[in-house]
Formats: sequence, structure tokens, C-alpha cells
Amino acid sequence: MNRRPLLLGVVSAALFATSGAVRAADAIKIGSFLSVTGPASFLGDPEKRTLELYVEKINAAGGVLGRELELVIYDDGGDANNARTFATRLVESDKVVAVVGGTTTATTLAAIPVLEDAQIPFISLAGGIEIIEPTKPFTFKTPHTDRMACEKIFEDVKKRGLAKVGLISSTAGFGASMRNQCLTVAPARGIEIVADERYAAGDTDTTPQLNKIRGSGAEAIVNADFGQGPAIVTRNVRQLGIDIPLYQSHGVASKSFIELAGAAAEGVRLPAAAMLVPDQLPDDDPQKTVVLDYRAAYESSQNQPVSTFGGHAYDGLMLLVQAIQKAGSTDGVKVRDALRETKGFVGTGGVVNLSATDHMGLDLSAFRMLEIRNGTWQLLY
Amino acid sequence: MAEFVQLLFAGLTTGAVYALVALGFTLIFQASEVVNFAQGEFVMLGGMVTVFAYNAGVPLPLAALLAVVVAAATGTLLHSLAIAPAKGATVVTLIIVTIGASILIRGLAQIIFDKQFHALPAFSGDEPLRVFGAAILPQSLWVLGGSGTIVLGLWLFMERTLLGKAVRATAANRLAAELVGIDTRLVLTLAFAVSAAIGAVGGILVTPITLTSYAVGTLLALKGFAAAMLGGIGNPVGAVVGGLVLGLLEAFAAGWISSTYKDGVAFLVILLVLFALPQGLLGRAAVGRV
Repeated sequence: MNRRPLLLGVVSAALFATSGAVRAADAIKIGSFLSVTGPASFLGDPEKRTLELYVEKINAAGGVLGRELELVIYDDGGDANNARTFATRLVESDKVVAVVGGTTTATTLAAIPVLEDAQIPFISLAGGIEIIEPTKPFTFKTPHTDRMACEKIFEDVKKRGLAKVGLISSTAGFGASMRNQCLTVAPARGIEIVADERYAAGDTDTTPQLNKIRGSGAEAIVNADFGQGPAIVTRNVRQLGIDIPLYQSHGVASKSFIELAGAAAEGVRLPAAAMLVPDQLPDDDPQKTVVLDYRAAYESSQNQPVSTFGGHAYDGLMLLVQAIQKAGSTDGVKVRDALRETKGFVGTGGVVNLSATDHMGLDLSAFRMLEIRNGTWQLLY
Repeated sequence: MAEFVQLLFAGLTTGAVYALVALGFTLIFQASEVVNFAQGEFVMLGGMVTVFAYNAGVPLPLAALLAVVVAAATGTLLHSLAIAPAKGATVVTLIIVTIGASILIRGLAQIIFDKQFHALPAFSGDEPLRVFGAAILPQSLWVLGGSGTIVLGLWLFMERTLLGKAVRATAANRLAAELVGIDTRLVLTLAFAVSAAIGAVGGILVTPITLTSYAVGTLLALKGFAAAMLGGIGNPVGAVVGGLVLGLLEAFAAGWISSTYKDGVAFLVILLVLFALPQGLLGRAAVGRV
């Protein structure tokens, strides 16, 4: 038996391993756990593509602090237990300096204790307000919260001179959370919730609930959910011939909602990020160039339409890179302090002003009010 | 009155789909004593194959036919590749086999199709019909009519054709059926193919109303199974009654009691029925074989 090929293999493997180790030593390791597969894959997939795309771009432009970025991504499949395991792995075996990830509120919350213990700056890409409230020393987030969505919707309802709102929400995570936020902020905004109906995830008919809302004297309907539910609610509202304004959340901010709801979507309003309507932004809008650039970079390299979700990953990565540069170090506490000093950062989600007490840094101006007209988004204000 | 009719049609439309899934459970259970938890995946295949064929330019009726054929073929494969080789295994093992098969089918669908939700155009427009002040989608009538036709056709097949009688004979006593020369393997394969086709038709009919995705099968299998248990597993009439009752319970619970607890109310009623009538509404007491 000839042993030479085997020996050769061992030697080259050893060489390869050594060279890998040398490279890894001077690269800045950024970790991520995302729901690339599973029910939240429509969020996680564009996030992963965005991180990979921009790490490559940053490295091509000379890296950060003269060092290359190295991205370590794990797919948690939308499972909070996996997220926690991967967060531990990022800390203990990959020894990353910071984490940009956490596609859903559930996976984010599962990972927070691990990353807080290790004092590793963590920028989450999930919506839930409980991620940053109460403020945790090392945890930040980029997307808008469901509370902001409620406030923006109620602001628009008041503008129309209406006050009575019928709420219909999914009992699943996002819907349940946004329902609670809407109920909480309604009184302060002068809104009376006259109906509070719910449906289970996967329900295919909401006419019984909408029938009740119709009988409640509601002057507008607010639907808190994402995925297929809002399309069904929108179709059912039109089926029943209910002609009061219908509001959806930023959770439906993708073309597929318009396709699924069809003609019923006409006239539906929703709060959403500037990413949906970059061309309609006025030229003096600070976000216009950022959003247009991101869209061009994403769509030319990924061959698929841009989404707001990938934008959250862009914002997270850029915030982190800026903070590392400002701190001049990859030390967790120093990077965290630099993050907290971020002022006037223009991202795809809005203008970010972070502080020791505000780890999201967005205000209501980050949300635009859109209306669906002729099968597309129309920017109202 | 308007509200009652609205809830009635909401319940009947949802219930008709549960009934078709329950019918699929019943057919396979009758023929083979297997509780096939992959039943919901056939509904998914019906909707998804139609959507993708239609979007690729195939005319809707042809796309629907293709979907039924694909589902029936999947049912046949499920039997010959997974159930038949496990011949002689316990009922629990067979249930686990069907759960495994459903995960496999869902996984493949996720790769072959995609992970998004999809809609089909309604067969006769979206303009609701006014019935006693309630707004009924024409598609609801398609669902109800289609389901009724399937139930009738299945009954005629079972009662009036030689093959149908062979299915019933196999269900009654497989050994005796084999002794009188019935090819029971063929009969079992047929039961799987027909169940799958029924599920697929259900999926095609409701997709314009409910939308579809690779993952819709799980919940439908669960609801269909509950409907089959409620009606009395193994009884086709019971399956239909169970499905419609479950749909109506959900709609009226949501409309009159509380939408938050509508599933809870529906399942509570099922539990109470099964406490009083353990064999289900129309079930017979199981007879042990000697």
C-alpha cells in the first residue's frame, strides 16, 4: 500500500490549518446567529445576504482599523434554544468581538444573557421592544418597535379626525406583542379601543371577528400581524364591505402582501421604513442616498428585490463598524461606549441617535406613512 | 339574521375543508387501520402544485388536474415506500412513519417550491353575493359544492362499484378478502391514492380564499384528525359531520363568545362529546378481531 498520498494530505492539512490560524489572529471576528431557514427565513435570508455582501465590501476597501473583518454566521432555524447555543459558541469557541444578529425577538431574548455575561456588544435585528426595555448594558437593536408602529398609526387616525379603533391581532408572537403595545399607548394618544379581536396563526377566515368589529362602532381597523394573516384580514374586510380605514403594521411591508391581498389592498395604510419608497423620498431627505445605495448594491448582487429586513442588518453592521473605528479598539466595553455616543447616524431604518438610556435611537420620524394605491406603495408623509 | 348567516357560511366553508381532510383520514384508516398524519400535506400539495403550474402558464383546470395527479402519486409512493414495507408493525409505529413522511414532504415542498404564501384567482370572481344581508364569496360555494360532490362520488364508488366493494371488504376483514381473491395490496394503494386526491381537491378549492404555503398541512392534519375523532373515526359520514361541526364551532365561538378562545371552545366541546360518546358522534364500538 502506498502511504505517500496520505502523508502529503496530512502535511498540507497542517499547513492549511496554520495559515488559517495566522489569518484569523489579525481579523476582527464578528459573530451572527440568524433564522436563515424556518418560519422566519424571509427575514433571516436577506439579513445573511446583506452581512456577507457588506463584510466583503468593507474588506475590499481595506477593512476596519487596518484589519479584515471575519464573519461567523450560524443558522438558528428560528429556534430560541439553538440561538442560545450558537451565542455560547460565538463567545466561547469563536471568540467574536461583537454580534450582529438575532432575527426574531424570541431568538434575541434567548441570547441576551449569554452575550451580556460575556460583555460582548450585541446589535439585534428584531422588533420587540422588550429587547431594549429595560436597557441592558451591551444590547442594542436597529429595527423600529411595534410600539412606534402603534403610535404612528394612531397619529394618522387622529389626523383623519377619528378616535374609535377596532383592533384585530394574531395570537402569535409579533401580533400579541403589538396588540399589547397598542392597548398601552392608545389612551395617551386619545384613541379609544372599542373592539379587541384575535385570531390564531394559520387561521384562514376572520369574518366572524370583523363582523364583531363592524358592530362595535369602530371608525378604523388596525391589524397587528405579519405573513398570511394580514392578507386574509384585508380580503375579509373587503368581502364584508366594511368601508372604514384599514391599517396594517410594518410587518406587511413587502410586495408579497400586495400580491396576496390583491385588489382588496387598495387604500390600506401602514407605517413603514423609507426603504419601501426610496424613489418617492424628497431629494433633501437625509435617508435618500443611503437607501438608494443599499438597494442598488443589494439588487445588483443578489438578483432579488431589496427588503427592509436586510436593511436592519446593514444598519447594525455599519453602526458596529463605525463604533469600532471610533473606539480604535475591539474591546467590548470600549466599543459599547462608542456605540452609545452614536449621533446622527443615517441608516436604512432612520436617523439613529443612541445614548446610555436609548439603545435603539429612532423616533417616529423614522416611520413613513404609506398607502397602497394601484398595487404599489404611495408615500403620504 | 345577517350575522348568523355570515357566521354560518364562514363555519361551513372552513368546516368543508376539515371534512375533506377527515374523509382522507377515514378512508385510509378503514382500509389499513393506519392514522395517516401526512393527510394535511396532500391539501398543501393540491394548492401549491396548482399555484406553481398556473403561474408557469398552465390553464387553471389543467393545473388543478396536475395537482391532483401529483398528490395521488405522492399518496401511492407513501404507501409503497413507507407503509407497505412496515407491514406488521404496530399502529404507533405506523403513525410515527406517517409523521416522518409528512415532515419529509413538507421539507421537499420548501425546497422545490418556496417558503412564501401564494394565492390563486377565485374561480368565479371576488364580488361577494348578498344572502340575507351577509356577504358570501362565490368561492365559498365552490368549496361547499366541490366537497359535496366528492362526498357523493365517494359514496357511489364505495356502494356501487366492484372496486369500492373490494375496499369495504378489505376494511371489514383483510384475511377473508384475500381468501376470496381480492388483491388487498392494490386496494390499500388505491385508498392512499384516493385519500391524497381528495385532500388535493380540498387544497385547490380553498386556496383562493385561504392562501397556501408549504407549511399549511400541519394545522389542517390536526384539525382534520380532531374532526375525524369527533365524527367517529372510520365512519365517512361521521368525518363529514365532524368537519362541519368543528368549522361551525370555531366560527360561532369567535363570533359570539371570544375570538381569543375560539380554538379552546371548539376543542372543549370535542372533549365533552368524546367523554359522553367515546366512539364519536357516529362511531361504532370497535370490534376486536379473533
